[in-house]
Amino acid sequence: MATTRILEWLGRLYIWLLLAFLYLPIIIMALMSFNVSPFYQLPFEWTTEWYASLWQNDQLIAATWNSVEIAVITTIICVVLGSAASLALYRYEFRGKKFLQAMLFPPIAIPWLITGTAMLIFFFGVGIGRGLHAILLGHVALALPYVIVVVSARLQTFAPELEEAARSLGANQWQVTRRVTLPWIMPGVIAGGLFAFAVSFDQFVVSYFLATPGQTTLPVEIYAAIRKGFTPEINAVSTIIIVVSMALMLLTARFFKFGGEK
Amino acid sequence: MAGVQVSDVSRSFGAHKALDDVSIDFADGGFYALLGPSGSGKTTLLRQIAGFDFPDSGRITIGGESVERVPVEKRRIGMVFQNYALFPNMSVADNVAFGLSVRGEARAIIATEVQRALDLVQLGKLGGRRPHQLSGGQRQRVALARAIVTKPRVLLLDEPLGALDKALRVDMQIELKRIQREIGITTIFVTHDQEEALTMSDRIGILRDGRLVQEGPPEEIYNRPKSEFAATFLGDANLFRGDTTGDGIRLPDGTAIAAGAGAKLAAGAKASCAVRPERIRIATDAGAPDGTANMLKGQVSKRIFAGNNSTYFVERGGQTLKVIVQNTGVDRLAEGQEVVLRWSPESTVLIAAG
Repeated sequence: MATTRILEWLGRLYIWLLLAFLYLPIIIMALMSFNVSPFYQLPFEWTTEWYASLWQNDQLIAATWNSVEIAVITTIICVVLGSAASLALYRYEFRGKKFLQAMLFPPIAIPWLITGTAMLIFFFGVGIGRGLHAILLGHVALALPYVIVVVSARLQTFAPELEEAARSLGANQWQVTRRVTLPWIMPGVIAGGLFAFAVSFDQFVVSYFLATPGQTTLPVEIYAAIRKGFTPEINAVSTIIIVVSMALMLLTARFFKFGGEK
Repeated sequence: MAGVQVSDVSRSFGAHKALDDVSIDFADGGFYALLGPSGSGKTTLLRQIAGFDFPDSGRITIGGESVERVPVEKRRIGMVFQNYALFPNMSVADNVAFGLSVRGEARAIIATEVQRALDLVQLGKLGGRRPHQLSGGQRQRVALARAIVTKPRVLLLDEPLGALDKALRVDMQIELKRIQREIGITTIFVTHDQEEALTMSDRIGILRDGRLVQEGPPEEIYNRPKSEFAATFLGDANLFRGDTTGDGIRLPDGTAIAAGAGAKLAAGAKASCAVRPERIRIATDAGAPDGTANMLKGQVSKRIFAGNNSTYFVERGGQTLKVIVQNTGVDRLAEGQEVVLRWSPESTVLIAAG
């Protein structure tokens, strides 16, 4: 009896230590974004001054909007292209299909630093150059495999007779896809879209390589600001990003679970 | 509604000949069973008729119209799948409405027709349910309602009752037959269950290795099988092999067996005789000879009691014969007992070897 209780207690302690390790730095940062002292001095005095001055920081706001815009466009492009690609891989047999499917995974594993360097050299060589358009292209390339993998996983649970049944009832290919297949894979599409958004919105390395000085994304702008000199505004904007990212991830987790059920 | 003609249809997948020159005529309003073991090509044939797959050669017509290159969505057929294939994201009513809805029918018409179809399969009150809230038998009925609500020319069923337990299967057999009679639709159903084929269909087509072995009414195939395969696949049969004498065969040990039915063969060729187990009378003595009856002596090796009947396994010349006897409350034969088997030539079918 006693050992069981000790083990139980140890297990609980372990979980709390783990969570503390993960969240303590973030919580301190979030707290400091509400502290009067810019040098982390205690006692803690409540203020929203840094959030207010963040509002005045046009550069940071512009970069935030760039990030949101790129993330949204990346998500839309990846969801459309990725779902279509998953459906094609599911429905058709063609030469090199296995190779194509296998080649979807390496980009997820290749370090972003290397992908970013390669993109920079390639875009420079073919005349695409740098800038928001290049960042968008890079993000789409990074996020697309995630969408295809997630939607394909969902499609594995789809019964092909459902499409056949719909066709036997007179539905054309478009009607079959829209009314039978898409509703089934929708949880996967949503989860994939959230993945794509997160990959784009949190992307620093590739964006840093492809950004031009005047036109950057939020993570790149934060990095630049830290190099110039740290201000609690960074804490404030980081807190906002963390809240948004965590909300997205929780949503993803929810849809992923939904996707796993029948 | 329309008849279906399949003429000289062949279909290969790589080196495998799934259908080999199959011709079969499904008359308007009939109930047909395509029966065969797995891999016999019965499902492939159904998919050619449905239009999920096209034949390499041959013709398929529905109501006289050539359809062998028409895709499934344009063939106006109704199909029930083995696992029902109900759309999980739609209610029962929406499932049934699907075919009318993709066709662009008016809402009011759809609602009326859906209700009528659900009433026909006795699920009138369950339109609002989701497929996963239904039992297997109810899903089966929804699949059927969905297939017939569009008034297809042909109803195709792919092992429709395979997933149901035995009691429910018998109920659904009766139900399916009733609905088919009520709407008078040409129905083709694939099964590997010989009992299902016998009890439900007007005609049966037996397939083996992509070829049509025999086609005809159940009684005809049962009473006059044209091959050993047809004799043993549809029902049970005792087979004797020997040389033909013209109206029967002579077994290697010299015993003659007279056949009153089946092929007319020239004397001397190799042939078989098939006898159904329930046609053989079993007794402990020969009784009065009547001249025409076939007679063999043997020894009971085993008896299986099955309530209303008993099956005796009788050893005779290295062969085990099966005899089914109705339980009349008397004449119980013990294992090991010497017996005499008798049956009439009319119950004996001569089959060409091969």
